[in-house]
Amino acid sequence: MAGIVGYGAYIPRNRIKVEEIAKVWGADAPSYKKGLMLEEKSVPSPDQDTITMSVEASKNALRRAGIDPREIGAVYVGSESHPYAVKPSGTVLAEALNATPEVHTADLEFACKAGTEGMFIALSLVQAAAVKYGLAVGADTSQGAPGDALEYSAAAGAAAFIFGRDKLVAETLHTYSYTTDTPDFWRREYQYYPQHGGRFTGDPAYFSHILGAARGIMAKAGMKPADFQYVIFHQPNGKFPLRAGEILGFSRNQIDPGWLVPKLGNTYSGSSPLGLTSTLDIAKPGDMILLVSYGSGAGSDGFIFRVTERIDEVRNLAPLTRDMLDRNKNYIDYGVYAKYRRKIRKAE
Amino acid sequence: MRDVAVIGIGMTKWGELWKKSLRTIFVESALLALDDAGVDKIDSMVVGCMSSGLFVGQEHLASLLSDYLGKNPVPAARVESACSSGGLALRQGFIEVASGMSDVVLVGGVEKMTDVTGCEATFALGTAADQEYEGFHGLTFPGLYAMMAVAHMHKYGTTREQLALVAVKNHDNGSKNPLAQYPFKVTVEGVLQSVLVADPLRILDCSPITDGAAAVVLCPADMAKKMKKPVIRITGCGQATDTIALSSRKDLAWIESTHIAGQKALAMSGRKIGDIDLFEVHDCFTIAEIMITEALGIVEKGRGGKAVEEGLTSLKGKFPVNPSGGLKAKGHPVGATGVAQAVEVVKQLRGEAAERQIKGAKRGLTQNMGGTGGSSVVHVFEAE
Amino acid sequence: MPNPARSWREYPQRYRFEAEKCTNCGYIAFPPRLVCPQCGNREFTKTKLAETGKLLTFTIIRVPPEPFEDQSPYAVGIAELADGVKLTAQVVDCDFAALKVGMPVRLEFRKLYEEGTAGVIYYGYKFVPE
Repeated sequence: MAGIVGYGAYIPRNRIKVEEIAKVWGADAPSYKKGLMLEEKSVPSPDQDTITMSVEASKNALRRAGIDPREIGAVYVGSESHPYAVKPSGTVLAEALNATPEVHTADLEFACKAGTEGMFIALSLVQAAAVKYGLAVGADTSQGAPGDALEYSAAAGAAAFIFGRDKLVAETLHTYSYTTDTPDFWRREYQYYPQHGGRFTGDPAYFSHILGAARGIMAKAGMKPADFQYVIFHQPNGKFPLRAGEILGFSRNQIDPGWLVPKLGNTYSGSSPLGLTSTLDIAKPGDMILLVSYGSGAGSDGFIFRVTERIDEVRNLAPLTRDMLDRNKNYIDYGVYAKYRRKIRKAE
Repeated sequence: MRDVAVIGIGMTKWGELWKKSLRTIFVESALLALDDAGVDKIDSMVVGCMSSGLFVGQEHLASLLSDYLGKNPVPAARVESACSSGGLALRQGFIEVASGMSDVVLVGGVEKMTDVTGCEATFALGTAADQEYEGFHGLTFPGLYAMMAVAHMHKYGTTREQLALVAVKNHDNGSKNPLAQYPFKVTVEGVLQSVLVADPLRILDCSPITDGAAAVVLCPADMAKKMKKPVIRITGCGQATDTIALSSRKDLAWIESTHIAGQKALAMSGRKIGDIDLFEVHDCFTIAEIMITEALGIVEKGRGGKAVEEGLTSLKGKFPVNPSGGLKAKGHPVGATGVAQAVEVVKQLRGEAAERQIKGAKRGLTQNMGGTGGSSVVHVFEAE
Repeated sequence: MPNPARSWREYPQRYRFEAEKCTNCGYIAFPPRLVCPQCGNREFTKTKLAETGKLLTFTIIRVPPEPFEDQSPYAVGIAELADGVKLTAQVVDCDFAALKVGMPVRLEFRKLYEEGTAGVIYYGYKFVPE
């Protein structure tokens, strides 16, 4: 049986409130907060990017895994904000972790589900006995166009998972993927900001794939919502995952531990993975966890995990997700935010 | 080893010399020194310059400057040890004359710093630090000295006001120096309100960016006597190195290389610190002067701040430091500084320092330093 | 012209804190060296720096050098690590007013600077409050 051996999270400490962004664009903050069920989001410092956050999240995963990094046989960073278009984030990560030179890597992109696709690949390589351990990271420092609805939620964060066969903290019982060509949100090469299809991103995109994957994996596993202690859905805003849960028949209690978005924002490839790290932080041995990600374009990955006894031994070997989310926050205003996110046109 | 004398000094006004190139600046001061010495033929030339390559894209100063001085084919060398390049040039010239290798040696120093932007100049100056383990992290010279100041203030209780008093004293002296870049006075309030550069150091704690040159002519003391010149000898010469990175030092609040170089120079001269009538030291930042006075033994370790507060190092004090105005008011064209210090000491020992004259000055000491103390060069001068 | 080799050579130090320890006197060389500056010995064993320490001194750079032009003001400091090695680095994720001598810090992987919009990105370590 293969599964998660170690997991780790990283969230930058800067935050910007919805009110700050709404003020600049003359928008009505309360209606954004209510409509998106979102209060504030994380903002990366200028010296942070997908690579730096991946390194720190992965180091946290290594602390919990307790393995020699040289035994990691594959490294996958899934992101839509890789610092280089050509030159993988994976090589910097592998070098920083001392997993080089005997390691496979290539970068992944699939909007917000590149991280979970990486998890599927790393897990599968372990199951195929092609590698002893595989590392998958979902990380992003995505941008929302100024004044666009996505500017309120596009946030930064990373979650890392080391898969293996021994010393598991969570067995992976089933995987599933539900994918179609659905152009709900995209970014052309050389464009700085993405574009999206407005309300088209709802039912035909997010819900169609999330529900498709959730129903598909539960059917495959012969399970129903009541069989799970926890469920994590991709969180583009606070409302969508709650609605998905409601439609499928999950309760708020099942969703809450992994529901980070109101204070974090949408960390894109880090979104459902961070929901998973946050859930593992409080899960008990024997708990069943359902994870359903979503990436625009579009697709959803499903995973069913069963937590083992080992979770209690390793949980506190690295920072907890909610601690990084709630503690030591640094609130910034829109001017500093625009400067950090390079939204200010500078001299050549 | 022969006795070495300084028979000529030359220095033009320092500042932002927009109309003058590096070669012009150097040649003007060199000609003044040669004329002052009354010599035309030289046996060798040594020039101190930190970074003509980064500032004006020019290396091979040995050829360029001997050419423009009209002295080809004289042997020439350019030496570098960051901000102590000038002092190092003086040491090399001294060694050539003392050893008998050359009789008349022209020692010069020059730096042309204003052909680049402020940030580029900050970068160029930063190359005196450890590029991979200090520079790579964004350190600058004001930043490194600010960290030394914080360490000194934490260890000995040195105050912000004491640092400011160094600037006040040196500007007061500099206001009496017609060649200084900034011949105006400053007040403690003025220093404390000036803009922050690297906390706690403010712009008025920092020596400026300057274009300038200085030159001296050396010859055997016997030759000076024969030429009926006042015989001002270099009686002591000491140099020492220390780690390139500040973080590698044992004590962040102490400059060991200055301590060792000073002891060597004094021992060679047969003098003690109490015998010295004036000091020209490397006040690249106000904190540097405080730490240098301690390293030279002018005051006890940790008491440098108190000493300046008590007036010990003022023009009329027991140990006048930087009567020329120091780097702070006179300016700091990096490679030229060490030679300009010698120019001031010789002027003082000749009795030619006018408003800045220290009465009866017979012995002077120059201390020139590179980086955060990675190099120090000390010379002792004595009049007959 | 970008020159990636100079930085690439230092990756073991900048990415993984790899150091060497003198077999004779125990001096820890970071970066590694050929000769021990303490005892002159030329043999070393491999080791890694401790990743936590305390600030010995610090400052805030407000006039930056060229590659850091758009980053100022930023804090830098020298910390004494748990193994006795003294290290220089920026101090981030910390309000300037909170900086003090003795502050506990640890090393975190961050971006140092990049060569414009098309050049190499330089990564390394910085201090964050522990």
